[in-house]
Amino acid sequence: MFQNKYEIIKKKMLSYDIVDFTVKSKEISNAATAGQFVHISAPGFFLRRPISICEIGKADGTLRIVFQIRGKGTDSLSKLNEGEKMDILGPLGHGFTTNDRLNSVILIGGGIGTPPMLELAKFYGDKARVITGFKTKELSILSGDFKYAGAQLFECTDDGSLGRKGFVTEELREQIQIKKPDMVFACGPVVMLKGVKQICEEHGILCEISLEERMACGVGACLGCAVKLDKGEGEFYGHVCKDGPVFSSKEVVL
Amino acid sequence: MANLGVDFLGIKFKNPIVTASGAYGYGREYESLYPLSRLGGISTKGTTINVKDGNPPPRIAETPMGMLNSVGLQNGGIDKFLNYELPNLMTKDIRIIANIAGSTVEECALLASKLNGTAVDMIELNISCPNVKQGGAAFGTDAKIAGEVTRAVRDASSLPLMVKLSPNVTSISEIAKSVEANGADAVSLINTLLGMRIDISTRRPVLKNNVGGLSGPAVFPIAVRMVWQVSNAVKIPVCGMGGISCGEDAVEMMMAGASLLQVGAAIFNDAYAPVKIIDEMNEWCDKNGVTDINEIIGTVRPW
Repeated sequence: MFQNKYEIIKKKMLSYDIVDFTVKSKEISNAATAGQFVHISAPGFFLRRPISICEIGKADGTLRIVFQIRGKGTDSLSKLNEGEKMDILGPLGHGFTTNDRLNSVILIGGGIGTPPMLELAKFYGDKARVITGFKTKELSILSGDFKYAGAQLFECTDDGSLGRKGFVTEELREQIQIKKPDMVFACGPVVMLKGVKQICEEHGILCEISLEERMACGVGACLGCAVKLDKGEGEFYGHVCKDGPVFSSKEVVL
Repeated sequence: MANLGVDFLGIKFKNPIVTASGAYGYGREYESLYPLSRLGGISTKGTTINVKDGNPPPRIAETPMGMLNSVGLQNGGIDKFLNYELPNLMTKDIRIIANIAGSTVEECALLASKLNGTAVDMIELNISCPNVKQGGAAFGTDAKIAGEVTRAVRDASSLPLMVKLSPNVTSISEIAKSVEANGADAVSLINTLLGMRIDISTRRPVLKNNVGGLSGPAVFPIAVRMVWQVSNAVKIPVCGMGGISCGEDAVEMMMAGASLLQVGAAIFNDAYAPVKIIDEMNEWCDKNGVTDINEIIGTVRPW
């Protein structure tokens, strides 16, 4: 874990409200794994913003962060420019399982839950089928990146303007019929995660999901970002920042 | 380099900065950034008798220059503290203040008795948590009950006893005097101020608990005022906290009358906050010809 001010070396907008930053941080990129997050200070705001890591550039010591402008804090963060510095704490939390022995995996990203799946897609390459879901074509992101990573990409939109008209869960059912994967990974809205969790449990497929929650410290000290878990001995509150953000879907009470 | 060491209830702190209960866990998470031995002390997460699961999420809401929390004293219970956290902290060359939070007078006394003979340097009795139904603020907002709890813990404990006061009262001085009269060796203040935020799109409170405790720089002036009032009202030492986020804040709080300080929410903004504050206090002393931080305690000259 490191906390420092790191230079922004690239910035672009992926849609009208989705920002794509690349920062130079050898120490964080060295330590980071797919699915972890960073805690970023938004200029003028008291609490940091937890944001998933989209890509880790181990070779050039960079970190790619893609997020949506949701409120005043992320808006302030989005106004930083190339050459300016970003105050980042990270890498934080537990990431996704990356295991060479898995031969077939399905990665699911819903809306702004899509970015953390990219680094994972890079690990699994052509063993990965990636299913993404967006409201409409204009809001879809990272298509080229997933293809470049070697993954097969299946896109869904609510209005059918890109790929399948419908939900990622429908595509997931079809993909399982075509070939049952060893594991499924998902990040997105809770309603989507519930669906994915249920489908995986029906088919006996291991599944990991990435969650978010309002957060203060980001490291497991303040116990603010509670999430209800059940590991078979009754429900209790774990914490997204330290026990997650990636959890086995079986142990999360959604 | 000025002397930042302070003597609080006969216990020597290498500097006045203690991390506040609930903001820093047991320090484990921050050790990869700096050694805990840089700090004067740690006030550990409020400990109850049994495991406590805390309140449902969301537990955190941002506010202008601060935050609300409704964690609700989630912790692993006193036995886990004694068997797992305390042995680790004992190796860190840091003063250990054990924050205890019982839901009844008897529980508070039992918690205190379990700390007798341990490596804990001092008890901080929490009678001010705004996020729990029993104990907490119910103890800390009534001078008579605050006195009774203090007396029970005093009788059960052989350790120096500091009582953490609630700011959610009309006269914090009255509560301070009551705990002083009932055997408190020191008081610490302020705990968080009860607050609320509403999401205007859903018309729902942001916190699932509806209300929560406000902390951060926003509460600093209130904390300074209360530390000043309490310092004038009691003879026992005062540990000041509430919104301290830089060395100058720390100096100001000491001038108001605090001889020990706690830093909490600032850590969420900057994980290095406690050590930066120590460095900044040193710089301030050097710039202002202060050779010993003890010189400034309570030196505000009111109009």
